[in-house]
Amino acid sequence: MIAARPMSVDSATVRKIASLARIATSDAEIEAMVPELNNILGWIEQLEEVDTSAVQPMTAVIANTLRLRADVVTDGNRRDAVLANAPAPEHGFFGVPKVIE
Amino acid sequence: MADLTDLGIAAIRDGFRAGDFSAREVADAFNAAVASAKALNAFIVETPEHAISAAEQADRDRSEGTLKALSGVPIGMKDLFCTKGVQTTAASHILEGFTPQYESTVSAKLWAAGAGMLGKLNMDQFAMGSSNETSAFGNVISPWRRSDGGNAPLAPGGSSGGSSAAIAARIVPGATGTDTGGSIRQPAAFTGISGIKPTYGRCSRWGVVAFASSLDQAGSMARDVLDCTIMLEAMAGFDPKDSTSLDLPVPNWEASLSGDLKGKRIGIPKEYRVDGMPVEIDALWEQGIAWMKDAGAEVVEVSLPHTKYALPAYYIIAPAEASSNLARYDGVRYGLRDLPDGAGLQDMYAATRAAGFGPEVKRRIMIGTYVLSAGFYDAYYTQAQKVRTLIARDFDAAWEKCDLLLTPTAPSAAFALGEKSDDPLAMYLNDVFTVPSSLAGLPAMSVPAGLDGQGLPLGLQIIGKALDEQGVLNASLAIEQRAGFTSRAEKWW
Repeated sequence: MIAARPMSVDSATVRKIASLARIATSDAEIEAMVPELNNILGWIEQLEEVDTSAVQPMTAVIANTLRLRADVVTDGNRRDAVLANAPAPEHGFFGVPKVIE
Repeated sequence: MADLTDLGIAAIRDGFRAGDFSAREVADAFNAAVASAKALNAFIVETPEHAISAAEQADRDRSEGTLKALSGVPIGMKDLFCTKGVQTTAASHILEGFTPQYESTVSAKLWAAGAGMLGKLNMDQFAMGSSNETSAFGNVISPWRRSDGGNAPLAPGGSSGGSSAAIAARIVPGATGTDTGGSIRQPAAFTGISGIKPTYGRCSRWGVVAFASSLDQAGSMARDVLDCTIMLEAMAGFDPKDSTSLDLPVPNWEASLSGDLKGKRIGIPKEYRVDGMPVEIDALWEQGIAWMKDAGAEVVEVSLPHTKYALPAYYIIAPAEASSNLARYDGVRYGLRDLPDGAGLQDMYAATRAAGFGPEVKRRIMIGTYVLSAGFYDAYYTQAQKVRTLIARDFDAAWEKCDLLLTPTAPSAAFALGEKSDDPLAMYLNDVFTVPSSLAGLPAMSVPAGLDGQGLPLGLQIIGKALDEQGVLNASLAIEQRAGFTSRAEKWW
């Protein structure tokens, strides 16, 4: 069952999308995005015209088989390299702000 | 001695082997050209020491008789490829200062083949854009200008706009590009150079900053078809570290390069005759048809009925994959962190991403998040992937009637910077001729074919069957031999 599409997004929906996408957004930015996203989504909606009832969605663009490799450790012992670009490494770990629930 | 920067990849390789000049002389000449072309803003980072070190090794290899495929050739590297010890940003503030601890497979192959790096090339941020105006490091300015004397700065195309501008300005003989929906071919067309996107899976995506994984494909950009061929051979090949890499040998495309198209059938897709296309592009396409016949090919009309749905399908699939791929930029493991006073983890994610991503990247993440969100996934994403199947079937049906397709590369010549940047949709329409073959994973190439009335380059595109890079390169060479395109941008930078 394909859910019906809303005709357009409103500022509450755009705020929810921004929150899902973890992008802090001001009210002014939200208001600016509403018509912009509606313009793009309105254009995308022309895909509804295409009859795809007998079509499978594409899963691989070029026929290929997924390879399996031996279940062995091929990597590791690179802590310093892994942490080299971390903005706040602490005692050999990634540092993050305190999380208190 | 002639100016070494006037030489392309093949001429440098062959002249160096013949002892006409040293690799160090070549590297010095291009390093100087890069340093004197800052007005183009083609580079984010210059790496003259990398080019010199590779050149000195090439000079030693020559004296010891251990020359490699690209010994003596310096190139530019799009800033989407991770380069060990050299900042890699995807032209985004969120990765500013990121210094990879590893080398992408494609760049590693090029260095193993003896090439040196002149620097990391500017691009549209996360490869999202068609004009290089979304870079966090400023616009790249095309070396080309209109002949009207107005000197309006023009777009070099995108997303591989640093690559295209640098090649057209003769400050690099060749460069890597990546193509998700046209990001090699459209900038090549805008700047009068050649560029090929091979079959999806030919070049490893390992170590390439991901945009849309089912579409992203690396390729080569250079002044002509032969140079692109030489470079692509060095870049392509199976890589166990990329699950979609094709486990096939790389053909010796250079050895089989031929502009003789006898026995080939060239299809002309009627749906590519779009409304509002400049008369000059239509005329150039007709000229291309005549060139194909002159090269011995038979020309047939074909139909790709779902062409008009390719762009809207692309603008669901690519943002959806981008929203997922770019979730990794969270301020924890690498790149920017924005931690407001007293903020918790979730606030840090949101503040970091707000500060680090540019407007077009945010727009695409938002679209992708929306089309993948609960309740809309089937209506948008699944429908787009079904349409993608139909687009691939269109090509399969065309291959019953022809071996290759000939189309224009872009619906216009280069536009001025700022001309389309306020209208995302108008910008997206630039990729109308390049996106369908990307959705189907097919090899496709743009070659310069002429100038428009304002003196700006126009390109023609050849699209081939999966794995038939040879056919694409050969038909592109046939165009190149007949177009006799020798125009270059007059130096102002």
